Amino acid sequence: MTTQTAPDTHHNEVEHSEAEHGMSTRGYITIALILAAITALEVSTYYVDFGPLFLPSLLIMMVIKFIMVVSYFMHLKFDNKLFSWLFYTGLILAIGVYAAALSTFHFFLR
Amino acid sequence: MATMVTQWELPMAETATHDTHATSTGLSNVKLGMWLFLGSECLLFGGLISTYMLYRGRVSDGPTPEQIYDIPFTSVSSFVLLMSSLTMVLAVAAAHKRDDRGTNLWLTITALLGATFVGGQVYEFTAFYNEGLGFTTSLFGSSFYTLTGFHGVHVTVGIIMLLAMVAINKRSRVPGSKSETVEMIGLYWHFVDIVWIIIFTLVYLIPV
Repeated sequence: MTTQTAPDTHHNEVEHSEAEHGMSTRGYITIALILAAITALEVSTYYVDFGPLFLPSLLIMMVIKFIMVVSYFMHLKFDNKLFSWLFYTGLILAIGVYAAALSTFHFFLR
Repeated sequence: MATMVTQWELPMAETATHDTHATSTGLSNVKLGMWLFLGSECLLFGGLISTYMLYRGRVSDGPTPEQIYDIPFTSVSSFVLLMSSLTMVLAVAAAHKRDDRGTNLWLTITALLGATFVGGQVYEFTAFYNEGLGFTTSLFGSSFYTLTGFHGVHVTVGIIMLLAMVAINKRSRVPGSKSETVEMIGLYWHFVDIVWIIIFTLVYLIPV
């Protein structure tokens, strides 16, 4: 939390700051083009044999796309860290809980 | 610390205005609530995705995933949904600039792209059903329809929110901060998109 001033003043500052830190239209289009390119690469794995790199490359591309959308389109990169904490806590909790659940069914040993 | 305590004790209503209202954290409670909701949604979709991963190879009857998935078609659907995230973020940017016309235009385009995605999903479900994959045909079918169906319902709810926002905005009856309302719808919409990013990879692209 960055609260150090009177709430009303700070709130206005935060709103102003958010408006300032939002990317330009060109920036958003660039991000969208990168996402589209990564999606095309993902789809190419269906047609081209990537060998042992198939699974890791797909997972890495998925994570990159996820982080790009969350960081830039959802503005988490520019917003207050408390929002990141709230979201990533839920995400990490979900990954932990379901990884544990899947491992009880020996999913990762298949 | 004393400063913090003083802030927590400040009466909220005293500093309230039409567009913004003060909070003890200096952050919007609506936005905090939305991020908390999205965090909890990770648990919902985590459960559905895990269930699918566990059951995708359990095909006692009916077609297998490899037999029915149409990757080129789903790739186009994924691309459409991805581009709807771009139009959504442009709607949010327009709302921040108080550009009502731009906001309505981008929100409408986002809704149309979302409707295209849902239409594609309905077509896909129909095609799968005709090929012999019913909801109770196999564990694979049940988990597939439940996961993608839940996602489709989320997209549909998002479309309703987008169109409702356009309708309310046209009548200039948006309660509270207009840009914040559009931003919250945007957060929900982008979340639906990131869930599909995961589904597209884990469900469609990675073979059983």
